[in-house]
Amino acid sequence: MSGDLYEVISAVGETIIGNRQMLTDLDAAIGDGDHGINMARGFEAVKAKLQILETESDIGKVLKTVGMTLISSVGGAAGPLYGTAFLRAAAPSQGKAELDVETVGLMLEAAIAGIKERGKATTGEKTMLDALVPAYEAFQDGAKKGKSVIECLELACEAAQKGVEYTKTIIATKGRASYLGERSRGHQDPGATSSYIMLKAVLKHLRR
Amino acid sequence: MKKVINVPEQVVEEMLQGMVLAHSQYVKRIDGFEVLVRANKPGAGKVALVSGGGSGHEPSHAGFVGRGMLDGAVAGAVFTSPTPDQVYEAVKAVDNGKGVLLIIKNYSGDVMNFEMAIEMANADGITVDKVIVNDDVAVENSTWTIGRRGIAGTVLVHKIAGAKAEAGAELEEVKRIADKVIHNVRSMGMALDSCTVPAAGKPSFILEENEIEIGMGIHGEPGTHREVLRTADEITDHLVDKILADMPLASGQEVAVLINGLGATPLMELYIVNRKVAALLKEKGLQIAKTYVGNYMTSLEMAGFSISILKLDSELKELLLAPADTPALVQF
Repeated sequence: MSGDLYEVISAVGETIIGNRQMLTDLDAAIGDGDHGINMARGFEAVKAKLQILETESDIGKVLKTVGMTLISSVGGAAGPLYGTAFLRAAAPSQGKAELDVETVGLMLEAAIAGIKERGKATTGEKTMLDALVPAYEAFQDGAKKGKSVIECLELACEAAQKGVEYTKTIIATKGRASYLGERSRGHQDPGATSSYIMLKAVLKHLRR
Repeated sequence: MKKVINVPEQVVEEMLQGMVLAHSQYVKRIDGFEVLVRANKPGAGKVALVSGGGSGHEPSHAGFVGRGMLDGAVAGAVFTSPTPDQVYEAVKAVDNGKGVLLIIKNYSGDVMNFEMAIEMANADGITVDKVIVNDDVAVENSTWTIGRRGIAGTVLVHKIAGAKAEAGAELEEVKRIADKVIHNVRSMGMALDSCTVPAAGKPSFILEENEIEIGMGIHGEPGTHREVLRTADEITDHLVDKILADMPLASGQEVAVLINGLGATPLMELYIVNRKVAALLKEKGLQIAKTYVGNYMTSLEMAGFSISILKLDSELKELLLAPADTPALVQF
C-alpha cells in the first residue's frame, strides 16, 4: 500500500479513536450512547488489518478491506452504513494507486448512494447524510472550477461542518434519536459529526 | 461505575462462556462467534428460528434457545446490534434445509445488520425470511418515526412462533404466525433509574430522586416524558391505558400478560404491578389466559418495568400454552 494512503486511513482511525468520548456523549443525548465506542472498536480493528495491507498499492482493495472490517466489527447502525460507504467507494478506486479529483468525486458519490440505500434515508433527517451530501456538493462545485483535490476537500469540510450545525436545528426522523421527536432538536447529530471529523482528518493529513 | 465485571471489553465473551457452562444441556457455542445454538440440533423438517440483538437484555435472547422457542441467538456488544457475519454464522449453523426465520427488534441498526446477513445467506442458497417486532406504544407512529421500537413483546413472538416451528410448520406459516403475534401485541415501559453501559462507564441518563421516565426504551434511550414518581397503581393505570388506547379490546376478549422487569426491579414490585394489571383488565371484562412475571427483556441494571398485552385467538392461545424447554422459560 502506498505510504500516503496507509497514513490517511491511520489518521482517520486516530481521529475516531481520539474522539470516542465526544461522539459517545453526543449519542447519549439523543440516542443510546454508543456511537464513539462502536466506531473506535471498528477503527481499532481496521488498524490491525492495515498492518497486513502495508504492501498493497490498490486503493480500492484497501478501502474494501476497511469496509468489510467495519461491517464485521462496529455493529449498530454505523457499522453497516460506514462499512457500505467504504465498500462502495472502493469500486471507483479499484486498481488505482493515485486519486484525482474526478475519482474522489465518484467515490464520495458512490459512498453516499450506499448510505442512502442501506439506511433508507435522505438529507434533512438528522443523519450523517446532512454532513456528507453538502460536502459532496461542495466538492463537485470545486471540481467544476478546476480546483485541486485538497482545495475541493477544503470546500467539502466547510460544508460538512455547516451540515453538522444544521443537524442541531432539525428533529431526527431516522435512527434511535427519531423516537425522541421534538426532544432531538437542539442536539448535534453524532453520525454527521463522525462523518465531518473523518473528512477533516483526511484534509488535515493531505495538507501536511 | 460499580459492576461485577473483569474488564468492560470482555463482558459479552465472559457472559457467553458462563451461560454455556450453566446451560450446557440446552445451548452450545459456535466457536469463534458470539452465537449460541441448541445443544442438540433438531432433526430435518423443522424451520429454524434465530433472534439476537445487543447484549444487556438477558435472558433475551440466548436464554430462549431450546425446544419450543429459538434455535439460535446472536449476541452483539452491549446495546449494539450484532454484525452481519455473526448473524450469518447463526443462520448457517441452524439451517435444516427448511429455511430460517429471523426475529428482529425494530431498531435501524438491527434491521440493517440482519438484512445484510440475509443477503449473505441467500447467496449461499439458504432460504431466510424475517419478521420485525415493534410492540412499544410509547412512541406514537407518525411521519417522523421509522416505526415503533421492539421490546418485551419479542419474547412472546419467540414463544409462539417457536411452538409453530416445533410443530413442523413451513417457513411461510411460521412467519405468518410471528407476524400475527406482532400485530396483536402491545407494550409500554417506564424507568425509575438509569443503567450504565460497561464500556461507557457512566449512567446513560440521570433521573432525579423522585423523577421517573415514561416510555423509556430498553437501551437507555429517553422515553416520551418525565414526571414525578407516583404509586404503582397510578403508573400501571397509565401504561395500561396507553396500551388499550392503541389496541382496543372488546369485553370477553382473551389476552396474555407479560410483566417484564428491566433488571433492577424486585419481583415484589412486578407482582404489585401484576395485581393492578389483572384488576384493570378484569374491570374491562377481559380474560387473562396466561401471565408471565419476571425478567425477560432487561436493560442491564435499569430499574423499571414494562407491561405487554397480547390479544389471543384460539390459534395463538394454543401455541402460547404449548410446552417450551429453554434456560429462561420452561413450561409443560
